Amino acid sequence: MKFSLKNAALGAGLVFALAGAASAQNVKIAFIEGLSGPFGGVGQNQLKHFQYAAERFSGKNANSGVNVEIVPLDSKGSPQEALALLKKASDDGIRFVSQGNGSNVAGVLIDAINKHNERNPGKEVVFLNYAAIDPDFTNSKCSPWHFRFDAGVDMKIEGLTNYIKDQKDVKNVYVIGQNYSFGQQVSKFTKEMLAKKRPDVKIVGDELHPLGQVKDFAPYVQKIMAANADTVITGNWGPDLVLLIRAANAAGFKGNFYTFYAGVIGTPTAIGAAGADRVRMVSYWHPNTAQNEIESVYTGFKQKFNEEFYTVAAVNAVRFLVAAVEKSKSTEAVPVARALAGMKMRGASGENIEMRASDGALQQAMYIAQWTKAGGKDVKFDQEGTGHGFKTVRYLMPEQSAMATSCKMPKR
Amino acid sequence: MSVLNGVSYGLLLFMLSAGLTLIFSMMGVLNFAHASFYMLGAYFAYQVSSWSNFWVGLLVAPIIVALLGGMFERFLLRKTHKFGHVPELLVTFGLSFVILELVQLVWGRTSVDYPIPQSMTAPLFKVFDSTFQTYRGFMMLIAVLMLVALYWVIKKTRIGLVIQAALTHPDSTEALGHNVPRVFALVFAGGCALAGLAGVIGGNAFITEPGMAQSVGAIIFVVIVVGGMGSLGGALIASLLIGLMQTFAVGLDWSFVGAFANLGVDITPETFGYSLWKLKLSQVAPILPFLLLVLMLVVRPKGIMGTRDE
Repeated sequence: MKFSLKNAALGAGLVFALAGAASAQNVKIAFIEGLSGPFGGVGQNQLKHFQYAAERFSGKNANSGVNVEIVPLDSKGSPQEALALLKKASDDGIRFVSQGNGSNVAGVLIDAINKHNERNPGKEVVFLNYAAIDPDFTNSKCSPWHFRFDAGVDMKIEGLTNYIKDQKDVKNVYVIGQNYSFGQQVSKFTKEMLAKKRPDVKIVGDELHPLGQVKDFAPYVQKIMAANADTVITGNWGPDLVLLIRAANAAGFKGNFYTFYAGVIGTPTAIGAAGADRVRMVSYWHPNTAQNEIESVYTGFKQKFNEEFYTVAAVNAVRFLVAAVEKSKSTEAVPVARALAGMKMRGASGENIEMRASDGALQQAMYIAQWTKAGGKDVKFDQEGTGHGFKTVRYLMPEQSAMATSCKMPKR
Repeated sequence: MSVLNGVSYGLLLFMLSAGLTLIFSMMGVLNFAHASFYMLGAYFAYQVSSWSNFWVGLLVAPIIVALLGGMFERFLLRKTHKFGHVPELLVTFGLSFVILELVQLVWGRTSVDYPIPQSMTAPLFKVFDSTFQTYRGFMMLIAVLMLVALYWVIKKTRIGLVIQAALTHPDSTEALGHNVPRVFALVFAGGCALAGLAGVIGGNAFITEPGMAQSVGAIIFVVIVVGGMGSLGGALIASLLIGLMQTFAVGLDWSFVGAFANLGVDITPETFGYSLWKLKLSQVAPILPFLLLVLMLVVRPKGIMGTRDE
């Protein structure tokens, strides 16, 4: 009796497994992000990016047998909450986790996933990092389970300083950032690389302010102007950049801004006409790249949500995951991670991108883009109805922007 | 310029803490929901200005907040009054959570786009290279007008006389035929209106989001404790002090490393506890008000102008 029941169960399982293989395979991504709190606005907007990417690049619409489902989990931006949610997600059988806003959160997730995977063979979890760009994650703290779809701080500052090298009007640089691992790395790499490439440039200020706490940036702007800075380099994102630029415009600051995240929701509105030809950003994509393979995604997203599309990393994360599931014919973490490592694809601006196996960092193009009045062939799309958009002023091929890694990758 | 920035921030703090300290001196109860009324003011102003314009919002939002505050006093706070101060305190504490959740339900968990009116984005005047925005000047103007009006009402009018009497001798005032509970409700509503007004002009100068009540709430408690519980003059001095302190601290790069270097002691990255020594004053600026609070409680518990005896 016992025997036959077991056989029956086994048989039924087999039938289900076969049925599953024949129809669509469902893959869930736990989207652990601060969806409320000071950076909630950015988190909500990124969630839409992921949902839209899943809609366009998986399942029926993409002619794929792999259907990606996004499960949003609100970490409120706190590392502790994110850990609890990671536990919940893995308990619910979700094998893929995505997060990006805050390297402080990403750092604890990587540690926790490393431990979890060691202790729970067969139930491993893979981390698809779409925006946390502390370079340690692909160097000293690299993990076989971590794949980063954004470019690291080192890669971005390398591109930025290569551009600044030729800008003779840059003389006094002020570095301001959020006081956590990411802001500290931006400050460190900027000083190091500027010293090498433009030894004549003076660093007139090096400021770290509390993350997401400052509501009035006027005193900081006063300090920047008192230091006689002509250029501000900042890794600030979300409200911290919006309020900084708003205060700078209010105080009549006329210098240049070199940013990472000028395209993030709300920021273009704050920059406005006052920032024309003065605000630049370093990024792996912007809507006015010379060859824009995902223009329909950009316009479709804008039509659907009336918000700007800018996180191509969300699209890439979904595309790579779908391809890896197809290639490995599995929805389990280990085979998918092995398939992801070294996977090559065509990028959003037509370049060849590769998920480098040696450190889990996506090798992609880099752009320096300048905030410019829209119109003409260089600035086809404006941002948030400001009449201004991004114009490419420097383009780096993936080979040119590649950085060496010190990672000794354990076996996947 | 830093002075002006500090003063304008300080005056905003005063608008907030004036209502709180008034209510405290009257009812002997700390209104934990006070900052929530500030938030409501900002959100109402955002809503009204999206329908019509900023000026209508400036007028309407504080009135709605005052009505809500009055109703809260009349129907909830007054009922708990007879049970003593702790239940009163808990009611206001609970109210702050209710307001927070309601705001999140109605307007969402993220910040709303509540802009400064276009006519006031232009610079007002220039000092060296930096400009002073018209809106900041407008903030200061409103705060000063409010200060003058408040002073006039309390010191020069009959209502003010009754309020002052009800503050110190509620029983005799009642015996003279004045409706003291109504005076309480009036003061409570008035205090809330001031918080609402501060929300209207602070919400677009900085940011309008559900976290704004919490971030400002802690600071205004510091203001009224440092200024002396129940003292309007003390609240004014403390607000300006904290406003100036925060703006100036940001501008100063002093650290222990520098201080010891002046004394001839070198602190290097190898020194024990370097990460503490290298902290600059500008980095710890946000916690300075709380440091001041602790110091004040140790040195002079009744605050700068407090009258409370120990």
